[in-house]
Amino acid sequence: MVKTMILEEKLRAQLQQKDILLMTHIVLGYPSFHVNRQVIAQMVGNGVDCIEMQIPFSEPMADGPVILKANQDSLAAGTTVKQCLEFGAEMTAAHDIPFLFMTYYNIIFKYGEEDFFMAAKAADIQGLIVPDLPPEMSPDFFRFAKTSGIAPILIFAPTSTNSRMDELNTSADGFIYCVARRGVTGAQSEFDGEFDSYLNRCRAATSLPLAVGFGIRDSEDVRAISGRADIAVIGSKTIQLVDTEGVEAVGPFISNLR
Amino acid sequence: MENQTVFGNWGGSYIPEILHQTFEQLQDEYLKARNDPHFWQEYSDLMSTYSGRPTPLTYAENLTRHFGGAKIYIKREDLNHTGAHKANNVMGQGLLVKRMGKKRVIAETGAGQHGMATATMAAKFGFDCTIYMGEVDVQRQRPNVFWMEKMGATVIPVVDGSRILKDAINEAFRDWVSNVDTTHYVLGTACGPAPFPEMVSWFQSIIGMETEKQIKQQHGKPPARVYACVGGGSNAMGIFQGFLGNSDVELVGVEAGGKGIKSGLHACRLCGSDASPGVAQGYKTMFLQNSDGQMLETHSVAAGLDYVGVSPILADLAEKKRVRFESATDSEVMQALDLTMKMEGIIPALESAHAFVQAFKEAPQLSADEAIIINQSGRGDKDIFTIAHAFDDPSWKKFIIAIAEEYNR
Ligand SMILES: Cc1ncc(COP(=O)(O)O)c(C=O)c1O
Repeated sequence: MVKTMILEEKLRAQLQQKDILLMTHIVLGYPSFHVNRQVIAQMVGNGVDCIEMQIPFSEPMADGPVILKANQDSLAAGTTVKQCLEFGAEMTAAHDIPFLFMTYYNIIFKYGEEDFFMAAKAADIQGLIVPDLPPEMSPDFFRFAKTSGIAPILIFAPTSTNSRMDELNTSADGFIYCVARRGVTGAQSEFDGEFDSYLNRCRAATSLPLAVGFGIRDSEDVRAISGRADIAVIGSKTIQLVDTEGVEAVGPFISNLR
Repeated sequence: MENQTVFGNWGGSYIPEILHQTFEQLQDEYLKARNDPHFWQEYSDLMSTYSGRPTPLTYAENLTRHFGGAKIYIKREDLNHTGAHKANNVMGQGLLVKRMGKKRVIAETGAGQHGMATATMAAKFGFDCTIYMGEVDVQRQRPNVFWMEKMGATVIPVVDGSRILKDAINEAFRDWVSNVDTTHYVLGTACGPAPFPEMVSWFQSIIGMETEKQIKQQHGKPPARVYACVGGGSNAMGIFQGFLGNSDVELVGVEAGGKGIKSGLHACRLCGSDASPGVAQGYKTMFLQNSDGQMLETHSVAAGLDYVGVSPILADLAEKKRVRFESATDSEVMQALDLTMKMEGIIPALESAHAFVQAFKEAPQLSADEAIIINQSGRGDKDIFTIAHAFDDPSWKKFIIAIAEEYNR
């Protein structure tokens, strides 16, 4: 298939200079867009290579307690999809790294798939992660992704068989998000021998860069996957950090990760 | 209805990749079971020796006289073991779990009846069991929590979101993705990702199969109308399947009108105009949601009907106009309950009482040679606190105060 390549090329260019890239996750509107703005500035200023911005959803089925609570609090504060799209546009204009949206399928379905892709394109968003949309459920989604040049990021899991990975790869673009373990976001992961053979299976199934997420919390974890994966995803940890130590703690935390 | 994953515009399987393989396995086992005549035999033997099936179809002579129209029959799922239709689905899934070789089951529950049934099945089959239940529902269905725990289940109150049924479903999914190798999620209604809507409906079809025979024996011909309450839609799908093929039988689903359909405090997804198409909890259906796609709070006096989504199969049958949808308010439900207890000596669950309300409204319009059937999905014992409170019952209050004083001493 013809890949849009935009996101993948940007990541490959970064990988020329770094052993491993860092992708961080924020929940839009939590604790506020104002704080999101400051956190993103800290992240970019300290070398983050890519940021996924979660548009909150009332039923975040794949998320653990930290991100679940952030989704709920953001919605309780009145966050709308429109605000998230506007904020996305502001960030892509302000910072020269790729930004992605992560959200659940209903947000996109309800907005209208084609309209959502157009809006995301207008905001210069480079990729979309939708954990509850298996490719077989919406061919349209992947058609619009291609025409808009936004990479649909697909997820591999340790439970995915080799043939399933092959099948997912035919719809994927940008990079593959490899979930490190069974479970939801937040809890600890082990990067052991079993993890190695899983990552080898992921590598064999795709030529796209591999991101590893779920349970990456510190420089030790990042080191553990360096050389094996291309991108380390830090999710719940920075959200917790902002909650407990404030925005200022984000910069030093990021710069110490690798 | 043969192995469908999509029903018209509805259904599907919108699941995180981590669950893909487990759904393949489930789909596989389910199809094997469906194509194996011994499986249904084993299932119906179990239901007859353990669960008291077939449940009776009762002619409600006094209610019939009272309303002066069609003959009113009541299908008695309250007499099914554990006190509701929920056990039909649960025992069926329990047999599948044995075939899949898993050792742990989890479930969500609203009214507590599905949790009760799952805890019962787990005790009988020797599985570990964890039940997720919204904190609000733990409060309003306390007797069921007690029995679940006594049967060895762990009941986890869910404190996220609206703290009711949908939140319990989310939490059960979170457990499942973490423990998918050992655990089966016994989904309690005809919702969720395929194959659940069809599989749950298949197990519940035992209600409709029995009823279709019973009404012919007792009344000599099919009923004019069949009424069932609709939470997720499993008891309705169960009884409707006995009559779907006969277009002379009108099928009526009754949703929770709560404080009234105009109040916004209800759970009407297929009647009224507050719901819209959406995708959540793994499937596409009509959801009560805002224009951004965020789910709304629902309200019903009946925990089991207090849910944002509805079976994709019923969404399809509604769209095709095969099933008509109506609603009953909290206060109408109390009146119907009162009347049914006094006239027939039968105590319907608050959920089931919704079906009674609509049947009572329509019975007088039909002639005496017609029959209507109400599916009494469960018994009201679990609702003793809610019902006593709604009736503001003085002797009950005195009793509770005395017990509280005893525990405080
Ligand atoms: C007695 C009873 N009836 C009805 C329901 C609603 O579920 P469904 O629509 O799946 O039958 C419940 C759910 O908890 C219930 O306990």
